Amino acid sequence: MMGKAYKYGNHIDTDVIIPARYLNTSSAEELAQHCMEDIDAEFASTVQEGDVILAGDNFGCGSSREHAPLAIKTAGVECVIAKSFARIFFRNSFNIGMPIMICKEVIDESEAGHEFEVDVKTGDIKNITTQKSYKAEPLPEFMLEMVEMGGLLKRLKSRGKQ
Amino acid sequence: MGMTMTQKIFASKAGLSEVSAGQYVEIELDVVLGNDITTPVAIDEMMKHGLDKVHDQSKIVIVPDHFTPNKDIKTAEQCQMVRKFVKDQSIEHYFEVGQMGIEHCLLPEAGLVVPGDAVIGADSHTCTYGALGAFSTGVGSTDMAAGMASGKTWFRVPEAMKFELTGSLNPWVSGKDVILHIIGQIGVDGARYRSMEFTGEGLSNLSMDDRFTMANMAIEAGAKNGIFEVDETTLSYVRGRGQREMTVFKADIDAPYDETIHIDLNKIEPVVAFPSLPSNTRTFDQIPEIDIDQVVIGSCTNGRIEDLRAAAEIFKNNAVHKGIRTIIIPGTQKIYLQAIEEGLVQTFIKAGAIVSTPTCGPCLGGHMGILGRGERAVATTNRNFVGRMGHPESEVYLASPAVAAASAVTGKITHPKEVV
Repeated sequence: MMGKAYKYGNHIDTDVIIPARYLNTSSAEELAQHCMEDIDAEFASTVQEGDVILAGDNFGCGSSREHAPLAIKTAGVECVIAKSFARIFFRNSFNIGMPIMICKEVIDESEAGHEFEVDVKTGDIKNITTQKSYKAEPLPEFMLEMVEMGGLLKRLKSRGKQ
Repeated sequence: MGMTMTQKIFASKAGLSEVSAGQYVEIELDVVLGNDITTPVAIDEMMKHGLDKVHDQSKIVIVPDHFTPNKDIKTAEQCQMVRKFVKDQSIEHYFEVGQMGIEHCLLPEAGLVVPGDAVIGADSHTCTYGALGAFSTGVGSTDMAAGMASGKTWFRVPEAMKFELTGSLNPWVSGKDVILHIIGQIGVDGARYRSMEFTGEGLSNLSMDDRFTMANMAIEAGAKNGIFEVDETTLSYVRGRGQREMTVFKADIDAPYDETIHIDLNKIEPVVAFPSLPSNTRTFDQIPEIDIDQVVIGSCTNGRIEDLRAAAEIFKNNAVHKGIRTIIIPGTQKIYLQAIEEGLVQTFIKAGAIVSTPTCGPCLGGHMGILGRGERAVATTNRNFVGRMGHPESEVYLASPAVAAASAVTGKITHPKEVV
């Protein structure tokens, strides 16, 4: 799927991804309406299905709130590509099936508004605007297995049946 | 090859004789924790996947502490959902308002975590229990759901950094200053994916409350966990509280550490983290005159009795500066009661501060002290991100209880020695 990029800096924390004042609900749709609100008031109203987020180091640091990847996913974001991720956000994203990729070069060479095409399974990232292709860091086998099984709880359920 | 403290706990809980960094292991959990924000999502996930029974109701701890006492109708409904789950699943360790405290103050106090445990909690500050020589880390709600349903979870065995402490703390310096100093030095992702292991002769000069504060903020350096070597201070804390058998794990002499950082406790001064990252630290020689509107003393980082005593030491001869809203929040009912018995609460109220029932409240911008546009707070909490305590254009300065109290007295960010 093709989509446009939003670009943010380093250390984007989960408090700005979804401020705690909205955590009195776990409704994904309601959370998505306030996604990134405190650093990008336009995000929730302009984001479209298939768009990507580009970010620097340590994306998703701070609180463990799973509401953060959930809000991003529900807003329609196809994939978050960052130089690195904070560990709880990294784990949560796989657990809920929110695709994320690690790639330094694409962040340095791309701007907000560029058009992107990504394939999370193969790790292929294409910046359509600059016509440059990138390869994300390969995922650990363990994580790939979880993605293939449809997330943590589906994996748990299917193992329980074995 | 030797193993770190964390790796030894992983090996033990995975039933393996040895593990090494980078390996994926499945471990048995001693405690799975959730609060009023994260537990509803976990319950939804369990039910959605047809996992309708918890694995062991004695190993689950649920503490509604973030937006409680309920701040609005939606919160009340989230708490009702949690309460029903607790009843249906016969969860043993549930703490209703009245018994409730801030989760990371409460669990150690109640003896629910002991040295050698493996703990996950759907709250990032679950890393606090590393102060007891346990492995504990924050996870999301889906991990909490899987942990409740299976009693196990998976981990990548982490690499580790060693913090070798020497010396002892000067007056007006606390564990908060030490951990802010460390985060300022290594950055908010300086320990990303790794363990921070604290050891050295200086350990014996740090109280349990100092250690809880330091382990609590390991996440603020991006760490998977922070862990302290168990010593006599730990054992005397656990004695009489611990509800289960404990195991003390020491790192091997040849344990693999990526790096060793030496910290001379004598050289640490009061530290303040400026907006909007905990790593944006300054000592008082680098701090200009900064007017403030509010002071918050409490939270899972600094809501313990020693924190309240440090604040009372300042307030016993000094009133709150006119117009500075000063909010003091004891971490648990026991700490609250002790503060009353020791006369600390009288001191606070006479000085012009307010004292609240335990809640996470303002720390995460929930309730009980939200900041408006352009307002500034000095807080003993753990995060100063954009909008953390309220309006996105408000500011939070992180500091120790002594610095926060001194700042309440002058209305500016102030070194405690200026007011005593």
